[in-house]
Amino acid sequence: MTATENINAPHRMAEPAFVRRLLIGIALAFMALFLVIPLVSVFAEALKLGFGFYFQTLRDPLTLSAVKLTLITAGISVPLNCIFGVAAAWAIAKFDFRGKNILLTLIDLPFSISPVISGLIYVLIFGAQGWFGPWLQDHNIKIIFAVPGIVLATIFVTFPFVARELIPLMQAQGRNEEEAARVLGASGWQTFWRVTIPNIKWGLVYGVILCNARAMGEFGAVSVVSGHIQGQTNTIPLHVQILYESNNSTGAFAVASLLTFLALVTLVLKTWVEHKNTALRGTAFTPVPVVSKTG
Amino acid sequence: MPTRQTGAKKNRVLPGFKLTLGFTLFYLGLIVLIPLTAVFIKTSTLSWAQFSQTVFSPQALAAYRLSFGAAFFAALINAVFGLIVAWVLVRYSFFGKKFVDALVDLPFALPTAVAGITLATLYAPNGWIGHLLVPFGIKVSYTQLGIFVALTFIGLPFIVRTVQPVLEDFDPELEDAAASLGASRWQIFWRVIFPTLTPALLTGFALAFARALGEYGSVVFISSNIPMKTQIVPLLIMSELDGFQYAKATALAVVMLVVSFLLLLAVNVLQWWSNRYNTNNLA
Repeated sequence: MTATENINAPHRMAEPAFVRRLLIGIALAFMALFLVIPLVSVFAEALKLGFGFYFQTLRDPLTLSAVKLTLITAGISVPLNCIFGVAAAWAIAKFDFRGKNILLTLIDLPFSISPVISGLIYVLIFGAQGWFGPWLQDHNIKIIFAVPGIVLATIFVTFPFVARELIPLMQAQGRNEEEAARVLGASGWQTFWRVTIPNIKWGLVYGVILCNARAMGEFGAVSVVSGHIQGQTNTIPLHVQILYESNNSTGAFAVASLLTFLALVTLVLKTWVEHKNTALRGTAFTPVPVVSKTG
Repeated sequence: MPTRQTGAKKNRVLPGFKLTLGFTLFYLGLIVLIPLTAVFIKTSTLSWAQFSQTVFSPQALAAYRLSFGAAFFAALINAVFGLIVAWVLVRYSFFGKKFVDALVDLPFALPTAVAGITLATLYAPNGWIGHLLVPFGIKVSYTQLGIFVALTFIGLPFIVRTVQPVLEDFDPELEDAAASLGASRWQIFWRVIFPTLTPALLTGFALAFARALGEYGSVVFISSNIPMKTQIVPLLIMSELDGFQYAKATALAVVMLVVSFLLLLAVNVLQWWSNRYNTNNLA
């Protein structure tokens, strides 16, 4: 609490005014150059040929099928990683066992792997020359260059998001409330739904928001496993690439503006949830390792 | 096994240990661990000669040099400006501060493909920023400089977000003590504040560097992808995949994975150091 009390104390502002202004100026110029100008230019480029062309691109059947595939992909991968996140956080935060820190590091692994490699690993397993390739071909099942591959690669790259928001949160909350509920006669599920879920609600929402943003925007990993078949295995980011490379830059930016809008909504929701629960810090966005406090 | 027994006794109040840990390990194995071992198993089918031919080919060596160099300088620029941004956000108040704070995460929230086409267009010779640089003979898009710009963009939030909390938790009494002992503002920053920030700064640097090494989406558009000149490692892996050279792509992937694991280890050690640092401060 000393920090808040002293926040207006003179030493906190001890730098001369010109140093303060200079530093603020440098910070704002850097942010403007790298963040604000690119952000504005997405919408400027998207509307270059007017609103008519903009909406025509968005209504195009190929755009709509890309939107649909992106929604399906996120719709499968986010709930699965959500269930995993809750289960992993429960095991790690509520129990003591050996190897906890190794488990935490392994959960973080997908963050430190290049998206291209994240796609490649599934090609090695399910691709035509992969482990299950011949078997899948005999049974006429397509995973690589088809929708299942896209979903798998997306699950991989968004794997840690919910877990790493919930683990530190549940570790900080401890076990006392759940233990009290159990001692008072609540069943395991009752304890989970009535005690744990209300406690971790905002952390869960937070993880889902960040997970969803990445799931809908993933490009590299999906690019490896998608066959780039327009109208079939094209997600929104892949559709942006196809339009851009076929010299329809304005069309590419029109579709890109959808993703930019999603990014802005994500940032607004993220800031709002942080406001609701100040303990949340976006550890999935800045993957600083979660170090176990108990083991 | 005595430890396990006491552990089980202590844990007995709460249910679901076997279920949740079992599911965690199953899902982790299925999605992450088994697929990752595929890379190593596939590589083990290559002879050493085949492996080294791919991994030490002139094209691969040029790609490593460019990847490491561009990622290093991008992380360095971010370390300097990220520290200034974090400092300004924690210590000063100015109009639009909350907006700036939220905007720091844009490179994480914005899909890399969007960042890629946007930066490529902005820095093209006829782009908003690119046309200003033409008179000076500076080309950014489709050159190595473009790759550096893209990697700087995607690494921007790391240092801000690792330094910010440490700066917020910094005990102002230490500054008071230093000031009362006659230290100048500059001395206080370098001798008192900066050493506390070092672990966080290095963690942020390592995270930004690691992210930049693996980056694909934002670079593929701004780079001309010319072998030996503007081809970073992920682009090289991709071009091998496009040519159905799976063994070559996998061999390169192994090199990148080993580097990633080493960086992950470094980050974990830094994090442990930084935690110890903070507990020492509290004590």
